[in-house]
Amino acid sequence: MKIQHLLAFIPFIGLFGGLSFANKVTPYVLGMPFILFWIVLWVVLTSGIMAMVYKLDPAAGKEETE
Amino acid sequence: MNSALFIIFAFLLLSIYLGVRAKRGKDMNLEQWTVGGRGFGAIFVFLLMAGEIYTTFTFLGGSGWAYGKGGPTFYILAYGCLAYIMSYWLLPAIWKYSKEKNLMSQSDFFVSKYNSPYLGVLVSIVGVIALIPYLVLQLKGLGIIVSEASYGSISPTVAIWIGVISVTVYVMISGIHGSAWTAVVKDVMILGIVLFLGIYLPIHYYGGFQPMFESIEEANPGFLVLQDSGMSISWFISTVMLTALGFYMWPHTFGSIYSAQNSNVFRKNAIVMPLYQLVLLFVFFVGFAAILQVPGLEGAEGDLALLKLSIQAFDPWVVGFIGAAGLLTAIVPGSMILMAASTLLAKNVYKVFAPNTSDEAISKLAKNLVPVVALVALVFTFNGGNTLVTLLLMGYSLVTQLFPSLVSSLFKNNYVTKQGAFAGILVGVLTVAYITISAQTVGTMFPSLPQAIKDLNVGIIALVLNIIVTVIVSAATRTALVTGKNSSEEIA
Repeated sequence: MKIQHLLAFIPFIGLFGGLSFANKVTPYVLGMPFILFWIVLWVVLTSGIMAMVYKLDPAAGKEETE
Repeated sequence: MNSALFIIFAFLLLSIYLGVRAKRGKDMNLEQWTVGGRGFGAIFVFLLMAGEIYTTFTFLGGSGWAYGKGGPTFYILAYGCLAYIMSYWLLPAIWKYSKEKNLMSQSDFFVSKYNSPYLGVLVSIVGVIALIPYLVLQLKGLGIIVSEASYGSISPTVAIWIGVISVTVYVMISGIHGSAWTAVVKDVMILGIVLFLGIYLPIHYYGGFQPMFESIEEANPGFLVLQDSGMSISWFISTVMLTALGFYMWPHTFGSIYSAQNSNVFRKNAIVMPLYQLVLLFVFFVGFAAILQVPGLEGAEGDLALLKLSIQAFDPWVVGFIGAAGLLTAIVPGSMILMAASTLLAKNVYKVFAPNTSDEAISKLAKNLVPVVALVALVFTFNGGNTLVTLLLMGYSLVTQLFPSLVSSLFKNNYVTKQGAFAGILVGVLTVAYITISAQTVGTMFPSLPQAIKDLNVGIIALVLNIIVTVIVSAATRTALVTGKNSSEEIA
């Protein structure tokens, strides 16, 4: 298993694994209840992680048309 | 004619004009019509994919859930995000194969991978059964939006007829090219409107996001988080996983995968889509803002939260733009669904039983099936009643049943045989139907289990049964296959 595949598991583990600790209203972050902030945080991190995956992936960037 | 109505109609005409104009200079064979000749670049594919995700459900249902259910709504943000991660590897693989084999529909994929037209018929039937309620939901949403935004001067029935006729016309003429152009207008509209509403309303009514959430928490403690039982953490995780697996299994989503010019589009999309998805956050904010401002909407009425609050807060012309955006959120996915369902019925059902039909005749049949499918959806829209909600819940679980045999077919040595895939999908689909119609939950079936297991999304049961049956039947048919081969080799 290559490193970019392992990277892809991080959001699943982070988002789900942290739920029991993050399932609360306070503290508010950026005006959002903590649970909502937690999910939004992982959405943003996911985008960053996928950008790293893209950089590491030898297949990426090629405009395959075949 | 008030200014709201005028704006809604102006946008409707614009979308029909763009939709019809999209045909220019193209010979509309089935490949052009249903997958855009596989020539769509990054932006069109992005918008088509986004267009199917930001539907009337997101617009009305997302805010309605925030209004009525609170914290559990956040699952909508999570499942898309995880689905995009999978899409990074899943979509290029599907695209590549479909291009090699010149596939047009989702069922084609199964037919080709498993070398079984009858598996294709099954997959098509599952797809069409799942698509019709999805389309009906879009139409109902369209009716609500236009009639509310026109301050009642157009009845939902009239609005739905106008919407359906417009979509049918441009789908028959331009196919997916029409959808792509309407998607451009739609996404610009929805982005602007949702951001505006989601920022303006909380500030206008509460002085900011945090004061808004604080007053909700004060009025209804615990509303903003996941519940201890019922819509709990284990409900959240199982629902997010199931929905993420089903995300790309919708037949009309396959059409937009095939339409891409190259596979790198999907990899780039996987980076951008999660962020684009945050638009949903602002839809939720509108729903939350409505809780204390337009209280008392019960059950399905919660879907009206966004519109009721907007009508209370704004002049008619603003409401007109909201109505127009809502109309487009129904039309784009609606057109994709009509096309996908018609293509499936013509190419993967009709042609299997009439194999001598020419490609031109199939292409013609697919187009002529568009108004037929639209009419069926209309019948359900006007007479569906509560069975509709049941069907819709079923839709997502139904298409999710295609996931195991699809993913397994992408591996070099596919363990699953055509019999295994057929039996697994069938068992999964029947289980979904039984569970949904009898309104079972894991809790009612196994009352002695711990609460966290009882809260699991009941769709898990169907998927697990599906996988078990797929593996067992594949194992049995594989041995038969292998022994068959060996003995024939021995004879040779």
